[in-house]
Amino acid sequence: MSETRPLGGKIWTKPMKVLSVFAALGLFFIAKRFLLGIGAVSNMSDGYPWGIWIAYDVVVGTALACGGYSMALLIYVFNRGEFHHALRPALLTSMFGYTLAGVSVMFDIGRYWQSYNLFIPGRSQFNSVLFEIALCIALYTAVLWIEFSPSFLEKMREKGKLKLLNRVLFVFIALGVLLPTMHQSSLGTLLLIAGSKVSPLWHTSLMPLLFLTSAIAMGYAVVILESIISSISFRIPFETKMLGKIAGVVPYLVIVFLMVRIGDVVYRGQLGAIFNGSLNGFVFVLENVLYLASVVLLLPRSKRESKQRLFIAASCLLFAGAGYRFNTFLVGFDPGPGWSYFPSFSELSVSLGLVALEIMGYIVFVKKLPVLPGRSPARNVMKVVQ
Amino acid sequence: MSDSSSDKKTDAQNCAMDANSTHDAYDSFAAATGAGTDVSRRDFVKFCTTIAATMGLPLGMAPRIAEALTAAPRRPTVLWLSLQQCTGCSETLLRSTHPTLEKLILDMISLDYHETLSVAAGHQAEAALHTSMKENKGKYILVVDGSVPMKDGGIYVKIGGRPGIDILRELAADAAAVIAIGSCAAWGGLPASGPNPTGAVGISEALGGKTVGNIPGCPPNPNNFLSTVIHFLTFKKLPELDNQGRPKFAYGRIIHENCERRPHFDAGRFAHEFGDEGHRKGYCLYKLGCKGPETYANCPAVLFGDTGAGTWPVGIGHPCFGCTEKGVGFTVPLHTTAKLKYVTPPAGYPHIVEEQGGGAGIAATALLAGVAGAAIGAGAVLANNLGKGEKSVTEAEDPDAGEQGKKE
Repeated sequence: MSETRPLGGKIWTKPMKVLSVFAALGLFFIAKRFLLGIGAVSNMSDGYPWGIWIAYDVVVGTALACGGYSMALLIYVFNRGEFHHALRPALLTSMFGYTLAGVSVMFDIGRYWQSYNLFIPGRSQFNSVLFEIALCIALYTAVLWIEFSPSFLEKMREKGKLKLLNRVLFVFIALGVLLPTMHQSSLGTLLLIAGSKVSPLWHTSLMPLLFLTSAIAMGYAVVILESIISSISFRIPFETKMLGKIAGVVPYLVIVFLMVRIGDVVYRGQLGAIFNGSLNGFVFVLENVLYLASVVLLLPRSKRESKQRLFIAASCLLFAGAGYRFNTFLVGFDPGPGWSYFPSFSELSVSLGLVALEIMGYIVFVKKLPVLPGRSPARNVMKVVQ
Repeated sequence: MSDSSSDKKTDAQNCAMDANSTHDAYDSFAAATGAGTDVSRRDFVKFCTTIAATMGLPLGMAPRIAEALTAAPRRPTVLWLSLQQCTGCSETLLRSTHPTLEKLILDMISLDYHETLSVAAGHQAEAALHTSMKENKGKYILVVDGSVPMKDGGIYVKIGGRPGIDILRELAADAAAVIAIGSCAAWGGLPASGPNPTGAVGISEALGGKTVGNIPGCPPNPNNFLSTVIHFLTFKKLPELDNQGRPKFAYGRIIHENCERRPHFDAGRFAHEFGDEGHRKGYCLYKLGCKGPETYANCPAVLFGDTGAGTWPVGIGHPCFGCTEKGVGFTVPLHTTAKLKYVTPPAGYPHIVEEQGGGAGIAATALLAGVAGAAIGAGAVLANNLGKGEKSVTEAEDPDAGEQGKKE
């Protein structure tokens, strides 16, 4: 941990200016939603009560924010301490991802002012999957902030409080592994009840398992991608060797996922639905080809340390995982004849605005707080020479 | 309260009486046909009830039907004359299952003359016909299938050396009733359709407009025929006929009215070609030339030829060709669209499903495409640069690896 330090430097850079435009647009439409209602900004309907705000911001967003969870699994459950310094940036993305997922739910639910009832035991519906997810995400967001808080305390030089926190941190680390395991699988459970509304290519009783395993794989992909992009953007050394080791987990995880995924489709006798020429069949193939691509790229051990390979494989894996979630929640979801859904401009702007805010927050945090390994003087010299 | 209870009592008593008299009739029937009859009491009662139901008569008529079948000292005589025909109508009678043919001709009626079913042949058969005619003068039922050729003195059908028209006139003169079975006998049918080389006409026309019970169909359902015969035996008159001499109980309604595919017609779902999606889904056959909308018959209710569930032309996906309708069957081409008596299908139909929810707007699509394009583009450039960097790095002894090594 001692290696991490604030990157420093100017905050109001060109990328920040561009991102702030998107963020402002998103905030404008969020304001419109609260003033005029959901219908004024969204294309959601009774047939599609879950639009892009749930499918992207919550279901894909929290999976993209699984870096912290995946790394915690690797470091604490499988006791691989050598990855420890990759945990903080992963936690930071997770923290922003989950916080914004929780925030976006507030735009999505009609009577957001009732949401405090979730936390009052007497008013909760304990048999509801949605309740479990809501509670888990809320708790996990809090846990993530606590897990990340040593960065604040280090920055503030609160040595005493840091010591105290470190003494109890193991509880939160344990929770940080337990809670995502619960709700990432429950995200898959959510659509079990939709039955035949979800295409048989995605609807299976194994959805909880598939959602969980694909979320873990996406977590590693995010860690890899984020590290590479950070190294390029902030001109800090690449951590190719460590990323190569993390990437070693991915192909086996994805192979298991794909075996369950495809095997289940075959077992249920739904192979025909892939080749019936529908959009569903096409996106199913696309999604699984992307998964396969990540396996093929990362399987040869000797080539795992190629930055290009890592970058492409991680991108494929992220798009595959995001595609799997999108297809389950939106593309493969057909509420019946006559219903259609495509996100509106304002709806998309809100989601984009949140992503922009997330990236802006990340940039500010890594510049102000000890998150990333700092620039080595040698590297700086090289850059200057170049 | 006492009123209603007494009413009930009367109803119950009536029922009991009805049942008793049907059963009594069976006893005399069994006695008349001899101890060796194949018809059980149960079958007999069932038959009388079925016949009453087919004609739409009240159930209480079953005893009267039973009486009619048994009151006469002899079984009622039926003479069957076959003229210009294909024997399809006899075949349909052979297909009859309630009652079966052997029960009908051996136990219920006395079929004294039938060219296909007679054991006798040649002069012997002709002799049987004449004997029966004399014995049952004015009492027998004459059934005719096939049209009557009138051209050239009716020489195109000859039985025992005599033209068919002569035999028909002779038999019809002393018959209690004449029933024309099949479209040929009813109005000429297939032989009468152009160019009609034999000058074929139906029985009624050949007999100079005599009232004949017409049972058209190619072939008709045997139930319609049997019901007409039994109605005559029971009430000593033919059932109510329409202007074409067809019993109204069977030919009173257009096929289209009771067709099982009618909801598809009303909803505008049509088969347009044999084997297309609509045809496979069982849509309305109107556009394939189904004559259901202009043909009077009870096919949707009693189906075809007593062959079982769902088996009638429309039921198996073939358009009705209007065999019971003069001027339609054998006349209008098979795939010519029928003339609708009422309710023409509109050119357009309201949506069954209301389109709801937002589609893809231009701005939204542009934004999504822009972001996706930018992401893919940036990713590609990044991947490309990473690749270039790696090449140069491997050439220049990989400083990255060196740094990593120092750190660890």
